[in-house]
Amino acid sequence: MLVEYIPLFLVIAFAIVFAFGTVFSSKIFGPQRPNPEKLSTYESGVQPVGTTHERMSVKYYLVAMLFIIFDLEVIFVYPWAVQFKKLYLDPSVGTTAFYAMLIFLVVFEIGYLYVYKKGGFKWD
Amino acid sequence: MNLYDIIFYLFAIITIVSATFVVFTKNIVYAAYNLLLTLFGIAGLYVLLGADFIGIVQLIIYVGGILILILFGVMLTNKITDVPIKSGVLQVIPASIGVGMLAGILILIVTNISWRNMELTVPESTIGSLGMLLMNEYILIFELLGMLLLIALIGAANIARK
Amino acid sequence: MIPIEHYLFLSSFMFVTGVVGVITRRNAIVVFMSIELMLNSANLVFVTFSSYLGNVTGQLVVFFVMAVAAAEAAVGLAIIIAIFRNKLTVNLDEINILKW
Repeated sequence: MLVEYIPLFLVIAFAIVFAFGTVFSSKIFGPQRPNPEKLSTYESGVQPVGTTHERMSVKYYLVAMLFIIFDLEVIFVYPWAVQFKKLYLDPSVGTTAFYAMLIFLVVFEIGYLYVYKKGGFKWD
Repeated sequence: MNLYDIIFYLFAIITIVSATFVVFTKNIVYAAYNLLLTLFGIAGLYVLLGADFIGIVQLIIYVGGILILILFGVMLTNKITDVPIKSGVLQVIPASIGVGMLAGILILIVTNISWRNMELTVPESTIGSLGMLLMNEYILIFELLGMLLLIALIGAANIARK
Repeated sequence: MIPIEHYLFLSSFMFVTGVVGVITRRNAIVVFMSIELMLNSANLVFVTFSSYLGNVTGQLVVFFVMAVAAAEAAVGLAIIIAIFRNKLTVNLDEINILKW
């Protein structure tokens, strides 16, 4: 059972080795002659203004929150979609599975329309 | 000590160390990133237990959703320019007494019950049987969850929009 | 093969760590993260017993718990942010306007 995951582990191992390897090999092999001009944030660009630690706008939070709720909706569709044919052919379930998912999605659409009316998808 | 055991202990150590850091580090941003490692370690344990679909859902919902939300919460609620992103620790002694008792009870329960006849049985694929259960016995809970998420959507949109 | 006790010890440790965080930390967001740790430890026990008993129902419960946790994260963090905009703090000791 674990054998199926060996490609996945190989990809993870390769990603870690590649990420750390490229960062540290340039540290090890590259010449290092720093001066203040080189170490500035944008070497040939504009002068940075203020700090990087600014508080973000709450608009981003609203987008993330909408993302997570609709993400969850999609997750619930996966097991239903995988089993749909079997469920349809099962005499004890039949079309119930289809209507159950339809009700679930319609309930979500109500929330979608509410947020749309409320202006949750507008950026400004 | 075969490969399975080694991978289990690897994920267990990742989970334990990063869970400790989440609670005890003074910097909230470090806590959030250690929570990422904890959730990842638990997703690995789910895969080791044969719950492949739950492992993927853990990565998508927790790491891809809830953790991002928590990081946004950290960035939105800290006056970073005024005070350092820190938070203190207090009430150490009563907390350690209560928590020590809880830990003792949990350890007693785990060690005293004989978990015999318990062998790891890994099904072929869990997503199919999950779909079957979801559409047969638990169909009402499924619809109720739809309502719950609708309420969460409306409530959070209202609170965050003001 | 890993005995089931190891999984249970791991999840007990995580639960106790989460309780420590909820009791000792005063930042609302850290308390929130500790609650997520406790939820995850309970989920781990569900999946462990589900796999060791060969019954998938436990995994379905974990699925439901995750859905409720996501809804809770969306609303809870929205409440924390709303409190922060009114009181300019997320320290739980200073959020005491309900106290008589």
